[in-house]
Formats: sequence, C-alpha cells, structure tokens
Amino acid sequence: MNRKYWIFIFFFLTGIIACEKDFVDGFIGFSKPANFPEPVYRLTDNEITKERFELGRNLFYETLLSADNSISCGSCHIQTAAFTHHGHTVSHGIFDRLGTRNSPPIMNLAWNTSFMWDGGIVDLDLQAVAPITNHLEMDETMPNVLDKLRNSGKYPQLFRQAYGSDEITTTRFLKALSQFMVMCVSSNSKYDSVMRNEGNVTFTADEAEGRLIVKQKCGNCHPEPLFTDNSFRNNGLSISSVNDEGRFKVTQINTDRYTFKVPSLRNMAYTAPFMHDGRLLTLDAVLDHYQSQVQQTENLDPLLLQNSSPGISLSPSERVKIIAFLHTLNDRSFLFDKRFSQP
Amino acid sequence: MKRIFLIFSVSALLFSSCKKDDPAKEYDPNVMAELSVEFDNIAGSSDLQLNTGNYSNSFGQQFKVTKLKYYVSNFKLTNVDGSVYTVPQKDCYFLIDESDAASHAPVLNIPEGEYKSISFTLGVDSLRNTMDVSQRTGSLDVSGVAADMYWSWNSGYIFFKMDGTSPAITGMGGVFQYHVGGFGGYSTPTVNNLKTITLDLTSRGTPKVKSSKETNLHLMVDILKVVNGTTNMDFSTTPMVHSPTAGVPIGNNYTTMISHDHTEN
Ligand code: HEC
Ligand code: HEC
Repeated sequence: MNRKYWIFIFFFLTGIIACEKDFVDGFIGFSKPANFPEPVYRLTDNEITKERFELGRNLFYETLLSADNSISCGSCHIQTAAFTHHGHTVSHGIFDRLGTRNSPPIMNLAWNTSFMWDGGIVDLDLQAVAPITNHLEMDETMPNVLDKLRNSGKYPQLFRQAYGSDEITTTRFLKALSQFMVMCVSSNSKYDSVMRNEGNVTFTADEAEGRLIVKQKCGNCHPEPLFTDNSFRNNGLSISSVNDEGRFKVTQINTDRYTFKVPSLRNMAYTAPFMHDGRLLTLDAVLDHYQSQVQQTENLDPLLLQNSSPGISLSPSERVKIIAFLHTLNDRSFLFDKRFSQP
Repeated sequence: MKRIFLIFSVSALLFSSCKKDDPAKEYDPNVMAELSVEFDNIAGSSDLQLNTGNYSNSFGQQFKVTKLKYYVSNFKLTNVDGSVYTVPQKDCYFLIDESDAASHAPVLNIPEGEYKSISFTLGVDSLRNTMDVSQRTGSLDVSGVAADMYWSWNSGYIFFKMDGTSPAITGMGGVFQYHVGGFGGYSTPTVNNLKTITLDLTSRGTPKVKSSKETNLHLMVDILKVVNGTTNMDFSTTPMVHSPTAGVPIGNNYTTMISHDHTEN
C-alpha cells in the first residue's frame, strides 16, 4: 500500500481514538446552559455518572423493553427527529397499533414540570412505566422487563458498572433511563449562540424582528428561553373524532377540558407533524391555524380572544419574520450528538 | 397480735401478687412487640371464595369476584391510657391480596401495651405517592407486587381493586373492574379517595400486646359493602371504574366494609 495511504489511516485512527478518549475522559455530566434557568429535575436524587448515563442510553435503545422484543423507546423517539416520531401523526407502537397522540421530543426534559400532553406524569423517573405497560406502545409488564434484563448476557454487568452490584431494581432501572433523558439537552441553536454572545453570531433583521413578534404574540405561552411555560391551555384546535379531552382526563376539572401542555418551539424543523395529535404538517399550517382557524371550543385560552375574531392577527410580513426566527431555534448538533445515538 | 400480723402480711402478699396481674405494670412500653392485623375478606356472612363463590348485589345481580387487592397503610394505635403510637411510615404499607394468604395479616411492631383503638389509611397517602422512586420499595415496587396497582398514565397508586364477572353485564365477557385511586393530585387539587378507617377495639376485645406472646386482631372485610351502600352499584350500567372520579362512590361505600370481629390474645 501507498505510504500516503498509511499516513492517512494513521491520522484517521488517532483522530478516532482521540475523539473517543475525549469523550471517555471528558464526560461532563449535566451542565446547565448559561442562558437557561435552574433545572426542575432533582439532580441531587440521581447523581449523573458516565456509567449510569451509558446504562440509560443502552436501555433507551433496548427492544427487550417491549413484549415481542421489537420496540425500544428510540423507535418512537428518534434522535434525527429531535427524538420525536417524525412523519407519524400519532405514534405507532407494538404490532403497529396506533396511539392517539404525537410523540413529543426527548429534549430539555430537566426543565419540564410534568410529562405527557396532559401532564399525567409528574416525575421523569416514573415516565418509562407508562409506555412499557401501555398495550398500544410496548405492552410489557415491569416485572417481566426487569426479569428479561436480569437474564440477558449484557445488563447485569452494565448495572454492576453503574451501581456497584448486579442487582437490577426498579429504582436503578428508572433512574438510569432518566439520566439519559435528562442529558438530552438541546441548547446550541443560533438563538442560543446569540443569547450567550458566542462568536460573532447575530440575528438578521428579519430574525430580530421575528423574535419581537414571537415575544409579543406567542410569548405568553411559549416564553424564552425554553419556549414553553409548562402550562396547560386550549389553543383552539377543533375537537377531533377521538375527542381527546387532554388535561381533563387527569384532573377531571371542567376548566381543564381540551387543554394540552404548551410544547416548546425549539427544533421545529425536525419534529413535524405538530400539535398533540400531529394534525398540522408544516409551520405555515400552524400559523394558518393561529391566524384564522382557531375554534371557540370549551376553555379556549382568553389570550386567543383578544381580537374581533378568535386567534392572532398576523400580517404576511410578520409571518415571514416569525418563521425566520423559529428557524434560529433549530439545533442541528443535537440530532448528531454521538452521546445520544444508539450504542 | 401475731395472728393479725400474719393475716396482714398474707393479705399484703396477696395484694402485691394481685398488683403483678395488673396489666399496666406488666407492659414495658420500651419493649417492642408484634401485633398482627388480619384482614379476613368475606361476602356478607360467608367467607369470600375467589372465582367460585356466587354473590348478589342489592339489585339482585349475581356476581363472582376474580381479584381483590387493596392497600392499607399508616397504622396508628391508641393505648388504653390514651397515648397514641404511630407505626413508622417506612414499615407501614401493606398490600392485601385475597389470592395470596401470606399477605392477609401484616405484622406491626408496636410498644407493649393494651390498645383501645386502631386507625389506618385505606390506600397510599399523598406524600408517598409523590416520593422519589427509591422510596417505593416492597409492597410499593411498581416492578413487584404493585405492578398492577399503579396507574402509569396518571402517576399514582390504585388503592383498591375488585375485578369479577356478572351475568348482568352484556358484552366484554361479563367482566367488571372496580379500580379506585386518587390521592388529591400533585399540583392541581384533584379527587381524593384516601380513607381513614378507625375501629374501636373495646367492645370485641382489646389486644394485649406483649413481646412474650402473639396477638392477632381479627378484622372482617365485607366486600358486599363495596357494591351496596350509599351508592348501590349496578353492574349492568357501571361495569368499569378506572379513574379517581369514577371511583368516588365505591370509595365512599367501602369506608364501612371493615369491622373488628375479635382479638386472639
Ligand atoms: C409507541 C411509541 C412510543 C414508545 C415505544 C415510547 N414512547 Fe415515549 N411517548 C410516546 C407518545 C405518543 C408520547 C405522548 C403521549 C401522551 O402525551 O399521552 C410519549 C411521551 C413521552 C415522554 C414525555 C415527554 C414530554 O415532553 O412530556 C417521555 C419522557 C417519553 N415518552 C419517554 C419514553 C421512554 C423512556 C420510552 C421507553 C421506555 C418511551 N417513551 C417509549 C410514544 C412512545
Ligand atoms: C394561548 C397560548 C398560546 C399562544 C398565544 C400560542 N400558542 Fe402555540 N401552542 C399552544 C398550545 C397549548 C399548543 C399545543 C396544542 C395542542 O397540541 O393541543 C401549542 C402548539 C404550538 C406548536 C406545535 C409544536 C409541536 O411540537 O407540536 C407550534 C409550532 C406553536 N404552538 C407555535 C406558536 C406560535 C408561532 C405562536 C404565536 C403566533 C403561538 N404558538 C401562540 C399555546 C399557545
């Protein structure tokens, strides 16, 4: 073989090794982005270590978690779609059974005050029990899942590395999954760089104006920097045939009927379709909705009733600017961050 | 005089030996002892027979019970002297499962003494329902016995579960499922189906708890009271109860299902 080739291979390999090493030695655990508030997740109850995070990562992509060993968390929360089920309006689960809701992203969950579109789950550590035992999703039982892991060649050792012994308990299992999910922080969009004064990144005129419009017209529900206030609201979607009553299902309080958790506006370029049932396919369709299709259903948010007709008035140029700003919220590095990919 | 002295001393002796029999002196409140609390599930006047026993509700609808499980927790005992002992919370969550005889009589560790009343929670209190997963072990382990006593979609334990069949139900294999939970919600106040049961123990025999012996409090749990009460449950119209709100009438009914039958001292 040609010498040049060898040199190339040599540098290539050292490059890989250096990268790997960097990652291994440089595991930095959870670090709060400078422009984010303090996280809500109780990190003190689940100290993040490299081994536990790696265990969680393996579990997140583990098909043993489903009844027929075919589906993992990663099947519906796909990294290249910012951990949503890109292209699916409602999620497809085991045996191709259809759910009724769209997979939300696994993104910045450390700042969530509740989980699921209706907030039925309040602690990230308890989240995984829901998809595992849901017959439309993974259709398994928790005792069975832990038994499968105990009997696998792989997991006793990973649990030992993470926790010091082979023992596979509910707490260890759930907390390792949480470590993976909590680490999935997306904070490297153009918007973040501008906010943190990194390099010489600046907004274009349209983006800057778009930011002001979003602050004014959307910001009560989608405030910076996470672009959600974690509240439950009815943004005027028409009532669908499955009559999903949203938060009412959890609280049984009439004023919660048809309210859903306000989602973040980050990474919209990768997470279509939109809304709790994935009914809107593009951002343009979302703006059409706010502009002219808001329905006066029970508990419509009063913020959407401030004009002569329900909704938000948007001029064509405002729409262009809003879209320009929303694009600054896309964080491509999140989709290709090796730490979060299938091991 | 000698005689009188003798009588006096004999009676003094008798008196002091009497004293010895006085329970108050026998108990050492610093010594812990076991009290088992037996939950004997019955249907009216007969012992509950899972799958085979045939019962009927106040509408005359026949039914069978295939599963009966409920949580009891947070036990408190009131001594005859009025002092109250609260069993430490961490040892105090029990799942009574009719199909598992070993679960029927949880054992409490309490100070020696004679007790005049007992109280406990039917369900899992709100504090525990919101605790870190590492505090949910044993009977509360969602990968253990609690696997089917937990609502994952609306984080919270199911307090009481009675499943069965009734010919009054058309379709769905004639199955009914009565699942009651709801601890009041995390941030938004929601339905609270937690019930505190307090039982007087004086009329049917107070438990005299000592470390040297076994004492068993025998409670009867009448499942007919679950379906017949303030609200009479109609299997044909209400076969499925799966949420806190829907469970309110059953929760109100079952507050009366437990009674003290006798004490084995
Ligand atoms: C069959 C597809 C599917 C699978 C498999 C699946 N999920 Fe989900 N996930 C969803 C859907 C759909 C929702 C929204 C459900 C709702 O709101 O009712 C969701 C919601 C979530 C949320 C809440 C996010 C938020 O912002 O509120 C988290 C966290 C989550 N899933 C993690 C997991 C984990 C961990 C696993 C593996 C144990 C998993 N999911 C497996 C489809 C799936
Ligand atoms: C009154 C509060 C409110 C206002 C104002 C509001 N939104 Fe929303 N938004 C919501 C809620 C609630 C949802 C989720 C609704 C659902 O799925 O049922 C949502 C969903 C979205 C989604 C879908 C995200 C996803 O992941 O599916 C986008 C995009 C969005 N809003 C953009 C905007 C923009 C742009 C504006 C301003 C023009 C705006 N919103 C104004 C409350 C609001």
